[in-house]
Amino acid sequence: MKFGVIRFPGTCDDVDAQLAAGRVGDAELLWHRDRDLRGVDAVIVPGGFSYGDYLRAGAIARFAPVMSQVIEFAHAGGLVFGICNGFQILCEAGLLPGALLVNDHLKFVFRQVNLDVVDADTAFTRSCPPRLSIPVKHTTGRYYSPTPVQVVLRYSAGENPNGSQDDIAGVINAEGNVFGMMPHPEHAVDPLTGSSDGLRMFESIRASVEARVGAGA
Amino acid sequence: MRARVLIRPKAGILDPQGQAVERALPALGFSGVANVHVGRLVELDVDDASQLPGMCERLLANPLIEDYEIIEGVAAHS
Repeated sequence: MKFGVIRFPGTCDDVDAQLAAGRVGDAELLWHRDRDLRGVDAVIVPGGFSYGDYLRAGAIARFAPVMSQVIEFAHAGGLVFGICNGFQILCEAGLLPGALLVNDHLKFVFRQVNLDVVDADTAFTRSCPPRLSIPVKHTTGRYYSPTPVQVVLRYSAGENPNGSQDDIAGVINAEGNVFGMMPHPEHAVDPLTGSSDGLRMFESIRASVEARVGAGA
Repeated sequence: MRARVLIRPKAGILDPQGQAVERALPALGFSGVANVHVGRLVELDVDDASQLPGMCERLLANPLIEDYEIIEGVAAHS
């Protein structure tokens, strides 16, 4: 299978995401001006500071030419995975509910956190154990939604790094094909850097794509 | 026409920037300060002011977490 990793001006985790996805499949970078997703099977919107986070994190990236293709891909049922700034972009684009606000303590936070996989029956978590150790690094990660959402990941008890509502770390859309999370699984794919738990998420996506192909979808 | 858009955090949503400023003022000796909120100001020249609400809804503000107020016909920026 082939992953497509979007690169906006200001994206900085695109290469890590490409390397992580490359451990389980093929992975290529897609430029923000592209109007063609080049036949990828899943799209990753990676972390960073797209368009300098001007106005609000993700607000400008949402209108990039490639995003109209990503939105079309998502509406057709394609798997879209937003990480950190990618999560913010998917919320701004209306592909996911809610919004990300500045951390309650106003500081940049960078540390390893434990995550509870509260829904392992999704296309993005089917290969995950009940608990994951994955780093967070952000200033704007406080999740908020005025309406109920489908939670997939929560920060484990006492580990909420940003004041997120109900310890929410990752949410999925009602259709189950668009998923966003603040922690960085692409930075946790090798025991050398402390954890390879993040790889399970990329493996989950591959398994989901293969199951779809196998089912003739 | 020159217009000004004021964007504020929605009431009820934690505003840590406002809280930080509120705590900082007494530390400088200013007393009797309460309910501080920090928002954003956008000034712009527009030909058609009727487009301003749409601009706010779609880009300038995130209506989920922010309220906006449009003030039309303000003095030009120097």
